[in-house]
Amino acid sequence: MKNQPKYKNSAAFYDVDGTLIKINIVHAFAFYASRHPSLFKSATNTVKTALSLPVFWAADKLSRKWFNEIFYRSYEGASEDRLVVLSEELFADVILPNIYPRARQLIEESRRAGVRQVLISGALDFTMRPLARHLGVDDVIANQLEFVDNYATGKLKKPFVAGATKADIMRAYAKQHAIDLAESWAYTDSFSDYPMLAVVGHPTACNPDLRLRSLARSYDWPVLDLDEAPERSVARRPQGLAPARRIRARSSQPE
Amino acid sequence: MRAIRPNIRSHTREHIVTIDTDSAPRVMFSGENLLLEDLPIGTRVIYPKRPMTPIANPRAAIRYALNHPESSDPLHAMLRPGMKVTVAVDDISMPLPIMRAPDIRQLVLEIVCEMLADNGVDDVHIIIALGLHRRMHDWEIKRMVGQKVWDEYWPDRLYNHDGCDPDGMIDLGHTAHGELVEMNRRVAESDLTIYVNLNFVPMNGGNKSMAVGLCGYESLKAHHTPHGIVQSNSFMDPPKSYLSHSFKRQGDLIENTLKVFHIETVLNNRAFDGPLEFLTKNEDDFTETDRLKLQAMMWTLKKLPFAARREIFMRTPAAYELIGVYAGACDPVHDRTVAKQNEQNCVPVDGPADILLFGIPYISPYNVNSKALNPLLVQVMALGYFYHMYRNQPILRDGGVLILTHPCSDKFDPVHHPSYVEFFNRVLTETTDSYTIEKKYQDELAYNPSYIEMYRRGNAYHGAHPCFMWYWGQRGREKTSRVIVVGADNATVPSIMGWETAGSIAEAVAMARGTMGRSAQITMLHHPPYMISDVM
Repeated sequence: MKNQPKYKNSAAFYDVDGTLIKINIVHAFAFYASRHPSLFKSATNTVKTALSLPVFWAADKLSRKWFNEIFYRSYEGASEDRLVVLSEELFADVILPNIYPRARQLIEESRRAGVRQVLISGALDFTMRPLARHLGVDDVIANQLEFVDNYATGKLKKPFVAGATKADIMRAYAKQHAIDLAESWAYTDSFSDYPMLAVVGHPTACNPDLRLRSLARSYDWPVLDLDEAPERSVARRPQGLAPARRIRARSSQPE
Repeated sequence: MRAIRPNIRSHTREHIVTIDTDSAPRVMFSGENLLLEDLPIGTRVIYPKRPMTPIANPRAAIRYALNHPESSDPLHAMLRPGMKVTVAVDDISMPLPIMRAPDIRQLVLEIVCEMLADNGVDDVHIIIALGLHRRMHDWEIKRMVGQKVWDEYWPDRLYNHDGCDPDGMIDLGHTAHGELVEMNRRVAESDLTIYVNLNFVPMNGGNKSMAVGLCGYESLKAHHTPHGIVQSNSFMDPPKSYLSHSFKRQGDLIENTLKVFHIETVLNNRAFDGPLEFLTKNEDDFTETDRLKLQAMMWTLKKLPFAARREIFMRTPAAYELIGVYAGACDPVHDRTVAKQNEQNCVPVDGPADILLFGIPYISPYNVNSKALNPLLVQVMALGYFYHMYRNQPILRDGGVLILTHPCSDKFDPVHHPSYVEFFNRVLTETTDSYTIEKKYQDELAYNPSYIEMYRRGNAYHGAHPCFMWYWGQRGREKTSRVIVVGADNATVPSIMGWETAGSIAEAVAMARGTMGRSAQITMLHHPPYMISDVM
């Protein structure tokens, strides 16, 4: 292990929501909505968020660009200071417990190989910074809210970090840092991130959705399931489900 | 099926049958299917020996071995209260197919753990010595070690070895030939290591147990090289194996540094019994019932989908029985093990073949409980293992033609063999030269963080494992003039590996005779169970 040669000029790009953590940007927004100083306003915001979920879902299905425009409008009027301060609480209360068990280990393996670590996420940059610090990654590329006089306008700064733009951003990042994309890795859970997988030499599907899993199988890309605790590898059980459940139940009992 | 009549004339030796005008067709494996093939007249069919009589009381034999070891104190005399002991045990890559419960490793572990407890040794860890193989699934470990050991040790004190754990591995030093020796840290820090080996082929066990089972990639790449394979004539004949010599150098360093007590067990070759026993018989001796069973089995397999056929075979454990158990110092123990192995498996054969023919079954050491025998594993079974199943001189003469039967489907298990997929589709399509692959691609696959993660915490073989599998066939590739596959369901897979295809055995033999001449000697190896040809 000591003599392990390092990859030079390589980077690993990680999508975050669904790839490294179990939650997504709507959870983060719901957290902010529920933390309003006024109890009544807090309750109202929470209900509003819940009612908006079908709209967000439909917009996301149609276009990630529409989704961003509709979704981030909800942040309009929020103060920058407040969002940044609450991001630490958001990380501790919401993100940290939802990091996939093997995400940190994957990043450590990659770092040990000498690869530069980069988070590339459609979430907001201030919500990603505590996570980046926790995981020890080198860079964060994330969406940025537009602020005027310290208050959010509800619009995102361009370019939006989503879909094909992620691939463009990665190309620009590679050029800027002399990274060889052919010797780089990309990890994502979603078919919508296909472009970011397509521009690197080592694409890897992490906890993939059905479409990406199928694509990964077709292209022979490795598939990682970071949700599976290493000591409980139960993915392949030939004896049917009943013994599997028994073993799982027994092994999950406290010692 | 043609009527089968016993033909005494065809039995030139007990385990060798020469095909005559009235000989029965022979049964051959072709992956998860069985073929019934008429072979050319004059073909020599080599059968394994009959299973040796098992030891009547395996537990008593194990206890006797522990108390009467080779060149070592008895195990109980090496134990003292409070000492730190690690028990390393072979993984399920052997035996093939998996053996019926109780696994022989379970019997040994139960006796050893009991002895440790009786002597006040509490600090005991059991490590599955898998080297760079995949981590065993928990249910596989449970089946292998038995309920009692499982309940007591899993998961804190019974776990898989991790050759890529930077904190869990240490360097013991270099051999005189400059080969690095890495070792599992827990083992290196133990007062005593007890290695429980299940010996199935002569290349396993002995120094390989510790040097490979508990090492890391840097250590393994010292001997798993194309050069090392080509220099091994064969690696089933330890004195003539470069690999064995390298294991010996690493093993000596380990034995001089650490205190190790080896326990090796030898099984007979009863791969099939009960309703499947007929598969090991000479087809000329088939009874009417045997023929009906064969027809029924072939019909059923033909009708079933691929996954169901695999499940049937994978869920049919073998009835292997213990024929020898030895304990003590590494080399004396292994010498006795290999002698017993050879007594069971070596079949004397007069001279090599010009054309060698065998079926590739559904299983290899690297696809136990996997979804498929992928093309690289077909290759390693053909040109690695079966080609090397000889002593003295090769069973296939240099420049001979190899004919094998297998569908060679483009099927991989993405959970167990993720790096195989990249190796086969990217590396092999760029070059099939092992020496180039070793220099250009091996480290890249070995250090790929995705593959390391999948090896360490998933159930994947190490990233570099497919390279080793390709090297494993290097001598076979260099020494054969042609490899012809019969029954391949596609032309791409064989062509990537540099193989030709034929629609039938007759066509393949005609192609082979085109190279080797009309009078070429044809030999068929009738396995499983496997045998080692002692070629005079």
